[in-house]
Amino acid sequence: MESCNCVEPQLPTDELLMKYQYISDFFIAIAYFSIPLLLIYFVKKSAVFPYRWVLVQFGAFIVLCGATHLINLWTFTMHSRTVAIVMTTAKILTAVVSCATALMLVHIIPDLLSVKTRELFLKNKAAELDREMGLIRTQEETGRHVRMLTHEIRSTLDRHTILKTTLVELGRTLALEECALWMPTRTGLELQLSYTLRQQNPVGYTVPIHHPVINQVFSSNCAVPISPNCPVAKLRPHGGKFMPGEVVAVRVPLLHLSNFQIYDWPEVSTRNYALMVLMLPSDSARQWHEHELELVEVVADQVAVALSHAAILEESMRARDMLMEQNVALDLARREAETAIRTRNDFLAVMNHEMRTPMHATIALSSLLQETELTAEQRLMVETILKSSNLLATLINDVLDLSRLEDGSLQLEEATFNLHSVFREVLNLIKPVASVKKLSLNLQIAADLPAYAIGDEKRLMQTLLNVVGNAVKFSKEGSISITAFVAKPESYSRIPDFHPVPSDSHFYLRVQVKDSGAGINPQDIPKLFTKFAQSQTLATRNPAGSGLGLAICKRFVNLMEGEIWIESEGAGKGCTATFMVKLGIPDQSNESKLPFAPKNTGSHVSTNFAGLKVLVMDDNGISRSVTKGLLMHLGCAVTTVSSSEECLRVVSLEHKVIFMDVCTGLDGYELAVRIHEKFTNRLDRPLIVALTGNTNKVTKEKCMRVGMNGLILKPVSVEKMRGVLSELLERRVLFETL
Amino acid sequence: MDVIQWQKQLLDHQAVMLREGFLDDQFIQLQKLQDDSSPDFVIEVMTMFFEDSENLLNNMKRALEQEPVDFRQVDAHVHQFKGSSASVGAGRIKNVCATFRDLCEAQKLEGCVTCLQQLQHEYSLLKSNLQPLFRLRQQIQAAGGSIPIMD
Repeated sequence: MESCNCVEPQLPTDELLMKYQYISDFFIAIAYFSIPLLLIYFVKKSAVFPYRWVLVQFGAFIVLCGATHLINLWTFTMHSRTVAIVMTTAKILTAVVSCATALMLVHIIPDLLSVKTRELFLKNKAAELDREMGLIRTQEETGRHVRMLTHEIRSTLDRHTILKTTLVELGRTLALEECALWMPTRTGLELQLSYTLRQQNPVGYTVPIHHPVINQVFSSNCAVPISPNCPVAKLRPHGGKFMPGEVVAVRVPLLHLSNFQIYDWPEVSTRNYALMVLMLPSDSARQWHEHELELVEVVADQVAVALSHAAILEESMRARDMLMEQNVALDLARREAETAIRTRNDFLAVMNHEMRTPMHATIALSSLLQETELTAEQRLMVETILKSSNLLATLINDVLDLSRLEDGSLQLEEATFNLHSVFREVLNLIKPVASVKKLSLNLQIAADLPAYAIGDEKRLMQTLLNVVGNAVKFSKEGSISITAFVAKPESYSRIPDFHPVPSDSHFYLRVQVKDSGAGINPQDIPKLFTKFAQSQTLATRNPAGSGLGLAICKRFVNLMEGEIWIESEGAGKGCTATFMVKLGIPDQSNESKLPFAPKNTGSHVSTNFAGLKVLVMDDNGISRSVTKGLLMHLGCAVTTVSSSEECLRVVSLEHKVIFMDVCTGLDGYELAVRIHEKFTNRLDRPLIVALTGNTNKVTKEKCMRVGMNGLILKPVSVEKMRGVLSELLERRVLFETL
Repeated sequence: MDVIQWQKQLLDHQAVMLREGFLDDQFIQLQKLQDDSSPDFVIEVMTMFFEDSENLLNNMKRALEQEPVDFRQVDAHVHQFKGSSASVGAGRIKNVCATFRDLCEAQKLEGCVTCLQQLQHEYSLLKSNLQPLFRLRQQIQAAGGSIPIMD
C-alpha cells in the first residue's frame, strides 16, 4: 500500500502516548455517559426540580461530548470515511448543544443564585421571628405574673398583707434571694426597713433618705440597678466570697387622696416614696432582664394604688371610730346635763315651796298686824316690813319664773280665752294707781281684733301688766295710751330679726303702750331687757323695781313667738313699748270648749231680763208668735219683724239681742253682715243669734263666719231660752253644740 | 167638783194625744207661755196655726195641680208648714212634712200627692182632737179654775 501524505506514519514512541490517549478518552467517555445517567437517576428521585429541560439539555450535551470522545477512539487508527462522517456529525451536534446549553446557563445561573439568596433571606427572617416569639412569650409570661401578683395584692385591703404578699409573690416569680421594702419614717428624713421576704422580723434599720443612690431611684419611675454595697442593699448575711447578685431598686409612690386630681393622674411631684429593693440570688450569674424590670415597675405601681386604697379605708375606719367615741361622749354629756337639770328642778321645786311658805306667813301676819292697834312708830315699822316682804315675794317669784324660763322648762298654756277681757282687766288693775298719779288711761282695741284667742291668758296678762305698769311707774304726769290691733304683714319687715310666718290659724296681736313719762336714753334701751340691770339715769327710779320684769316679759313674748321692743326719743320725751305675740284663732273645734249647758236651776241664774229689748225676725207667723210669746214670758220687750228689710229698718242700738230664723228663705247671713256694717262698735251692737231647725255643721259654720254671736236649735223650751239669754248676756257668745 | 173632773179629763186627753204623737213636747212648752200677761196665748196661737195651715194646704194642692208642677214652690209651702207645726208642737204633721220635703226634692209627683192627702188627713185629725181640749180649757177657765200644766 502506498503511504499517502495525509497520514503521518506514527513513531513507535507515539504508540505509548496513543495508548494513554486511548485509555483517557475511554474513561472520559464513560464518565461522560455516566453523569447524565446519574442526573437522570437523581432527577427522577427528586420531585421538585424545576429545570428538567435544562437537565435534558445538559444530558444531551454530555452524551454528545461523550460520544465524541468515544468516536475519537476509532480515529486513532485508520478509519473509514463513515467513521469520519459520524465523528463530524457528532462534533457538530455537540457544538450546537453546548452552545445552546451555554446560552441557557446564562439565563439559569442568575435564577439559581437568586434562589440561594432568597433562601438565606428566609432563614434570617425565620430566625428573627423566632426571636420575636421568644420576646412575646416572655412578655406574656410577665403579664401573667403581673396579673397574678396584682390579684394577690388587690385581694386585700390590709396594708400589711398587701406588702407582704407583694414581696412574697415577687420573690417567687423572679426567684429572688431577698426582697425588702423601706418605708419613710414619720419625720420623712429616714427610710426604715419595714418588710423583708426572708427575715421574719426586720428590726428597724434606718437609712437617711438623702443618699445619692436613693435620690437617683426616687427621681426616676423605672427600676434602677444599684450597687450591692449600697446601704439599702446590705440586708443579707454576708455570703462570703462569691459575687452578690445584682440588685435593683424601684420607688413606690405613697399616694394620698389629695393626689388624685380629677383630670390628671397623680402628679409626679408627690413627695412620699417607699423603696423596694430586689436582689437576685448571689452566685447565680443571673442578670436582670428587661421584662423582669418591667414587671417590677408595674408591680410597684399596683402596690401604690393598693396601698392608697388601704390608706383610705384606714382613714374612714378611724373617722368612724372617732365619731363613735364622740357620740358616746356626747351621750354621756347629755345625760349628765339632764341629770343636772333635773336636780336643779327638784331643788327649785323644793325651794319654791320652802321659800314661799315663810314669805306668805310673813306677809299675812304683817298685814294682820297692820290691822291692830299700833303706835305711829310701830305702824311705820310694820309697813316697812310689809313692803319689804312683798318686794321679796315678788323677787322670789320672778327669779323662780325666770330660771324656769331660761332652761326652757316653762311651757305656755294653750286655751281659749277672751282677749278683750284681758285688756279690760289690766285696765281695771292699773286704774287705781294711775288715778292716784293723775294719769289718764286710754284703751283702744281695733275692731278686727278677735274677741277670743288661743294662748296663755295668764302670761299675756302678766306681760301686759308689766309693760303698762312700767309705763305708769315711770310717768309722773300725762297720759298712757294702750292700743291693740291685729298686726299686718307689712309691718313685720320693719322689725329686725322678726320673721313671722302667717297662717290661717294664727294671728299676731300687736300692743303699743305709749307713755308721756321720763323717757329713756336710747343707749340704755338694749340694757332694759337684761336681767337685773337698772337704768341709772332715771331720777325717779322706783326702788320697787327689781329689774327682772322686762326680762321676764321678753322671755314670755319670745315663747309666744313674738318680739318686744321699746322706742324712746330721749330723756323726758316719753317712750313707747310695743310687743307682738302670736295667738291662735279659735275655730269650730275650739268653740266646743265653751259648752252650753242649759242652766235648769233657775234660782242661780239671773232671770232679770226685764225690759231687755230684743228683736225677732222670722217669716213664719206661727214661729214668730211662739218665739215672741216665749221671750215675753221671760220679761223681754219684743219687737217682731218678718223680713230682712224690715229688720234693717227697725233695728237699733237699743236692741240687745236679735233672734234670727235662718232656715227659711230669708238670707239671715247677709242680714247679719249688714247689721255688723251698720253697727261697728263691737261692744255695743246687738248680739245676733240664729234660730234654726237644721242640725248640720254647714249652718253652724256659716253663722260663725258671718260673725253671729250664737246659734240655737228650734224648738226652744222656756228653760232653754232662759239659759240662752243669761249665757249670752254674760259671755257674749254662745254656740250650741250640735 | 166639775173643775177637778174637767182638769183630769184635760190631762188624760192631753196624755193620749201626746202618746199618739199628735202633739209633742213643744205643745207643753207653749202652754207654759200662757200667763197673766197673755191669758189666751195658746188659743190664739192655735187659731193662727189652723188658718195658716188651711191656706198652706190649699196652696199646696193648687201647686200640685199645675202643669208642669213647680216642685220648688210646693217645697216652699211644705217648709212653711213644717216650721209652723214644729212651733206649735204638732208632731205627726211635722214628720209628714219632712217626708213630703224629701219627695219634693226627688220630684216624685205621685208621692207628693199621696203625702198631701196624708197631711190633710192628719190635719183634720189634729183639729178634731184639739177641739174638745180647747172646750175643756174654756170650761175650766170660765169656772175659775186653773189649767193644769203637764211636765
